[in-house]
Amino acid sequence: MTDPVFGPPPERAPDPELVQLLTPEGERVRHPGFDIEFSAEELRGFYRDMTLVRRLDTEATALQRHGELGLWAQLLGQEAAQIGAGRALAPQDYVFPTYREHGVAWCRGVDPVRLLALFRGVDQGGWDPSAHNFGLYTIVIGAQTLHATGYAMGVQRDGLVGTGDPERDTAVVAHFGDGATSQGDVNEAFVFAASFNAPVVFFCQNNQWAISEPFERQSRIPLYRRSHGFGFPGIRVDGNDVLATYAVTRAALQRARDGQGPVLIEAYTYRMGAHTTTDDPTRYRLSDDVEHWKLKDPIARLEVYLRRNGMADDAFLAEVAAEADALGERMRRECHALPDPSTHDLWDLVHAEKTAELAAQQADYDAHAASFEEVGR
Amino acid sequence: MTTMTLAKALNAGLRKAMEDDDKVVVMGEDVGALGGVFRITDGLQKDFGDARVVDTPLAESGIVGTAVGLAMRGYRPVVEIQFDGFVYPAYDQIVCQVAKIHFRSQGRVRMPMVIRIPYGGGIGAVEHHSESPEAQFVHTPGLKVVTCSNPADAYVMIQQAIHSDDPVVFLEPKRLYHSAKAEVDESAPAAPLWQSRVVRAGADATLVAYGPTVSTCLDAATVAAEEGRSLEVIDLRTLSPLDLVPVHESVRRTGRLVVVHEAHLTLGLGAEIAARVTEECFHSLEAPVLRVTGFDTPYPPARIEDAFLPDLDRILDAVDRTYGF
Ligand SMILES: Cc1ncc(C[n+]2csc(CCOP(=O)(O)OP(=O)(O)O)c2C)c(N)n1
Repeated sequence: MTDPVFGPPPERAPDPELVQLLTPEGERVRHPGFDIEFSAEELRGFYRDMTLVRRLDTEATALQRHGELGLWAQLLGQEAAQIGAGRALAPQDYVFPTYREHGVAWCRGVDPVRLLALFRGVDQGGWDPSAHNFGLYTIVIGAQTLHATGYAMGVQRDGLVGTGDPERDTAVVAHFGDGATSQGDVNEAFVFAASFNAPVVFFCQNNQWAISEPFERQSRIPLYRRSHGFGFPGIRVDGNDVLATYAVTRAALQRARDGQGPVLIEAYTYRMGAHTTTDDPTRYRLSDDVEHWKLKDPIARLEVYLRRNGMADDAFLAEVAAEADALGERMRRECHALPDPSTHDLWDLVHAEKTAELAAQQADYDAHAASFEEVGR
Repeated sequence: MTTMTLAKALNAGLRKAMEDDDKVVVMGEDVGALGGVFRITDGLQKDFGDARVVDTPLAESGIVGTAVGLAMRGYRPVVEIQFDGFVYPAYDQIVCQVAKIHFRSQGRVRMPMVIRIPYGGGIGAVEHHSESPEAQFVHTPGLKVVTCSNPADAYVMIQQAIHSDDPVVFLEPKRLYHSAKAEVDESAPAAPLWQSRVVRAGADATLVAYGPTVSTCLDAATVAAEEGRSLEVIDLRTLSPLDLVPVHESVRRTGRLVVVHEAHLTLGLGAEIAARVTEECFHSLEAPVLRVTGFDTPYPPARIEDAFLPDLDRILDAVDRTYGF
């Protein structure tokens, strides 16, 4: 019975419409809001990116199995969401990732070996964020959404929004998962972004699972509608369709750069692998679901489309496969060769201005270590 | 030379820092038109505009977390947490993000941020308005933590903290905001930020204090002098890094040390100081290092906070006890 005073509760997530430009069968479809044309070159670029990133991911997973990495967070199945979002960026845009954004890192020119270094325990993010406009991976769920918002507030103060100059106008992207939307920080980021009209695009990859917790445990309504409560637009896009994620992200970024404020994008996708290499998804989900989502594979559908329309032939596909093999081989080789960091870095990196106390602890340790060398002789 | 309260000195120091560097951005709840609930940012928004003095949404994690992003973009955010008891929603951002980003980024990303927190008791406030969370931040590598006890220090230290490329938790003893009044020489050369200072010389025993308890210790020293005992009083000023050099030097002369703070006894700064002074000055000590602190209870209702706060009698009693060993 409908409550006479409060009215009915919002309906429990019927399947809302997704923005889609390429069906799982590889059919190109039109969407009135995102009517863009892609060149064969661009489409082949998407295919190449997704294929290489999938290899990067399977290679890293294998390296973990061989004990070379302590952990790996797989992106299998989320290639389209990440490549679409990553390729939509302008050079001056800035990205705040979670720990699974290997595809976006790829688009930003971060060497995959640097990602391995983090999971191997060699460093905690060995790339220079400002060289790639790609922040460090963030393990504490949702924390980076606030950093993105603050950074976007800074961009706005710098007068780099709404100038009309495409080389200057800047947007910021915050990546996070469906589980993260339950965090206070993400909700606070929405409040700040809306209140200050910050040029930030919130890019949520709803891969259906937060470790073992299904999406239904996080939200009663489709995630993209959350933004409405905060006063900015939200949109759901087929996260397995690289054309659509690219188109939607590009439009949202442009809107932010123009000074029209935040947008929430929900890329509706599926985590085909485990949460991380320590996870066992057979404990909590049905293999039927995985089979169902395999039919929506982001790479397969683009391949069908390219082939069917004469944009890719066997030679091109073989070339990409060879490139993937070479990438895998390089990752194996360079992962083994990653040197352990110096313990000295420990004390040197804590502060910009080192304290006397840390210098003393360092000297004590050095003396202690040296005493072993003496004994060893 | 101008006579100012500690509150005014902080305000003047903030103003000076904002004039000197237009990357300095003050943000927090009610810091704009109201000037903060303690009026520390009084008049700043009027003079610098609402882009430099930002009234934020009511969300502590949001305040600190967005300040992280602003710092990454080259700004120097100075955030105000309205009261000590409300810093905890931002604790994750402070401890996991602010404190670690320099380390995680291998020194590539700096966090030149100041987190101002009015702290401590003695103002008859309701619950959650009188806490002393300093040990939680001192125990966090990557943060620097300082506190001031007088207007002259307040004026200089807030500017130094803003100027630092490291994140600084700046603890403001709210009990002294309006009660501590002194001359501030705006052109005097400043003591380095990370140094403690002897504020009263003495020969018989050493009192170490910081922030709100410094004045209590000075009062205790005055009373002790009337009774013929000469107490040295040291104001730590910097809690992380801890500068114990003047303390060691003092204890080597006096042989007796009492540490005084409002924060809880167990694992408070007094415990750390006792351990270090014992290591450094073992042979000079005539008595164990004693501590006069708040109790290991939540901060009590205002009507009985005097029992909780270190006062003259408890301090003098502890000094007496150091003569009993
Ligand atoms: C604050 C916090 N709580 C718990 C964890 C442990 N944890 C790591 S990943 C994860 C699930 C995250 O799910 P989601 O946000 O949907 O992102 P996904 O990994 O699926 O991409 C959890 C609970 C964490 N890293 N941070």
